[in-house]
Amino acid sequence: MSHILRIENLHVSVNDKPILRGVNLVIKFGETHALMGPNGSGKSTLGLAIAGHPNYQITEGSIWLDDVNLTELEADERSRAGIFMAFQRPVAIPGVKMADFLRHAATNVRRPDRKEGEDLIAMREFRKELKGKMEQLKMDPEFARRYVNDGFSGGEMKRAEILTMAMLSPKFSILDETDSGLDADAVRLASASIAEIGRDKMGLLIITHHDKLLEHNPPQFTHVMLGGRIVETGGAELARQLHDHGYDRIRKAYPDAEAANQQMLAKEEPLAV
Amino acid sequence: MTTSTLTDRLDSAETFGQNAFDRLLEKRIDPLWLTAKRKEAWEIFQGLDWPNPRDENWMRSDIRGLKLSKFAPNVEENSQIATGSPVRLLDGVDVSASCRSVNGLVVSESLDEGLAARGVVVGSLSRCARDHSALVEKYLHSLICPKSDRFAALQTAMWSDGYFVYVPRNVRVERPIHLHAAMGDGQVDLSHTLIVLEEGAEATILFESSSPTADTRGFHCGGVELIQHGNSHLRYVNLQDWGKGSWHFAHQRASVGRDAQLQWTVAAVGARFAQVDQRVELVEPGARSQVNGVMFTQDRQHLVYNTLQHHKAPHCTSDFLYKSVLQDRSRTVWRGMIKVSQGAQKTDGYQRNDNLMLSDAARADSIPGLEINADDVRCTHGSTSGRVDEELIFYAQSRGFTRSEAIRMIVTGFFQQIFDRITIESVRDALGAAIARQVRKYE
Repeated sequence: MSHILRIENLHVSVNDKPILRGVNLVIKFGETHALMGPNGSGKSTLGLAIAGHPNYQITEGSIWLDDVNLTELEADERSRAGIFMAFQRPVAIPGVKMADFLRHAATNVRRPDRKEGEDLIAMREFRKELKGKMEQLKMDPEFARRYVNDGFSGGEMKRAEILTMAMLSPKFSILDETDSGLDADAVRLASASIAEIGRDKMGLLIITHHDKLLEHNPPQFTHVMLGGRIVETGGAELARQLHDHGYDRIRKAYPDAEAANQQMLAKEEPLAV
Repeated sequence: MTTSTLTDRLDSAETFGQNAFDRLLEKRIDPLWLTAKRKEAWEIFQGLDWPNPRDENWMRSDIRGLKLSKFAPNVEENSQIATGSPVRLLDGVDVSASCRSVNGLVVSESLDEGLAARGVVVGSLSRCARDHSALVEKYLHSLICPKSDRFAALQTAMWSDGYFVYVPRNVRVERPIHLHAAMGDGQVDLSHTLIVLEEGAEATILFESSSPTADTRGFHCGGVELIQHGNSHLRYVNLQDWGKGSWHFAHQRASVGRDAQLQWTVAAVGARFAQVDQRVELVEPGARSQVNGVMFTQDRQHLVYNTLQHHKAPHCTSDFLYKSVLQDRSRTVWRGMIKVSQGAQKTDGYQRNDNLMLSDAARADSIPGLEINADDVRCTHGSTSGRVDEELIFYAQSRGFTRSEAIRMIVTGFFQQIFDRITIESVRDALGAAIARQVRKYE
């Protein structure tokens, strides 16, 4: 398989305030990319813009999955085209069981042309598959019967997102701070799970502040975002260096981007997703 | 709108005038006590005005469009008119009794012979008022006062038929009893449902009403009385699915005795306008009630519910949960009250109403209330109203759901809490299907 996710000169605004100011990024199927950067630099915005959140207006540039222009598609169409995002704070859907939610999601993603009301994947077959994936991820089978993210701990939410990724087997996954709010053991487990599910089986864009999540997922590329742009790209060693020494060097090296970042932080604090 | 125009319009209906009442008495074969009761209610009806729109119970109601002159009470069977009214609660259910009525008159009755031999009675209220006269006399309209309002008086005077269910002491009716009411276009249903469970009795009753088509216009003015003696267990389900041009007025009452348990589930998807006055009285220590409500409205439907959980005795528990989903320009009103009488110590009362709006033009009024005259009680209430959260829709879309699939799923999830309480699978399925049918495509 050879798929390419290509982001070209992407400008994104939220409520008419520019956040991304020309992002270029190419991810090939099977590659792991780390996206790092200080708060408010636009990392989550990039993820949400790729996933198709309606509040993130693309004012310039484009996002291509192979020869499909994703910017023309609704969020559900992007999902069915092979894009997945694991959210930093996934929302709860009370009254809807994980298993039912995932069955419907998996059916739509695997049969992109399915019309509303057509049959879902056979229950028995799906349950078996779900059970297998949950065992692989060392999850309690009871999880499938709980309501989507309802009353989940931080760790449970992140694991539910990884389980969803496993069931949907996307071509490209964006993992937005899948380590935030987790203790060291939980991060290690998440890191191992991502590697098990995603490594070499999709393109990964891992958004993180730390290098722990990258332990089992050494990136071929590390990108540093500041002020809505990718200001530097390196290998796995760049992620380590940023984790050990912080962003002072980056901030000094790119004063214009740093100024933009400070400006956005002041303005966009309530919108940071 | 003024009171006088409303009164004039409804009053001018000779179809519900003295001649109509005289003709009804003439056609019926009622025991003397019943004729006397009807006449008494008729006097009250004539002495009352139609509800005043300034009355707290009616100020959020709009019955200006009701033209009584277009309807007339049914005295003879004419079942053709309501042919094709769907039955939804029977799928996969093995019933012990089944009855049908058309335009307020019972047209078929059946009851398991074994149960009949043990003294269980299920069937036409008109027939039972003759065959089991003393029993019906004791309970009929014992909980509903004809003075409550003019609709109650009209119904007490002119009720056409309906159902009587009687379960003797310590008899358990294992399989559900199914009761169906059909109402055709331009037709009237003035029916009454009377359920009596003696001490230690148990029953599950599935009552549903429907019309041949979604736009059927009819007039229902009805009553429901559920009477439970000590230690009895009743599950009562009421699915209101009249055509969406229909008027629905109902007084519904339950009286729950010592250590008895009532689970009352109300589902409303039909009617153009409905005004339901639902009351549960916990009359002896240890009585428990659980009332569940599912409402799904569309177009210009307007459903009004005034509910009361009345704790008359100590150590009783009442649990109340109504959930509504509204689309288009529809409107729901819920005004609920927990009343604790003096001396009803150790009361545990709960009421909650949640509303989910699928359109900006929909409106839900939610007015909880407490009236407590005892000092050792626990009463809690709450209500929520809001639009579907766009973040939930986006989350589901990012997992491949279309927008309308996402909304349908969120709506189903919203009702799940009530479905979880309903242990009868056919009821859950029927309600789920009724809801799924209603959810529009949203772009």
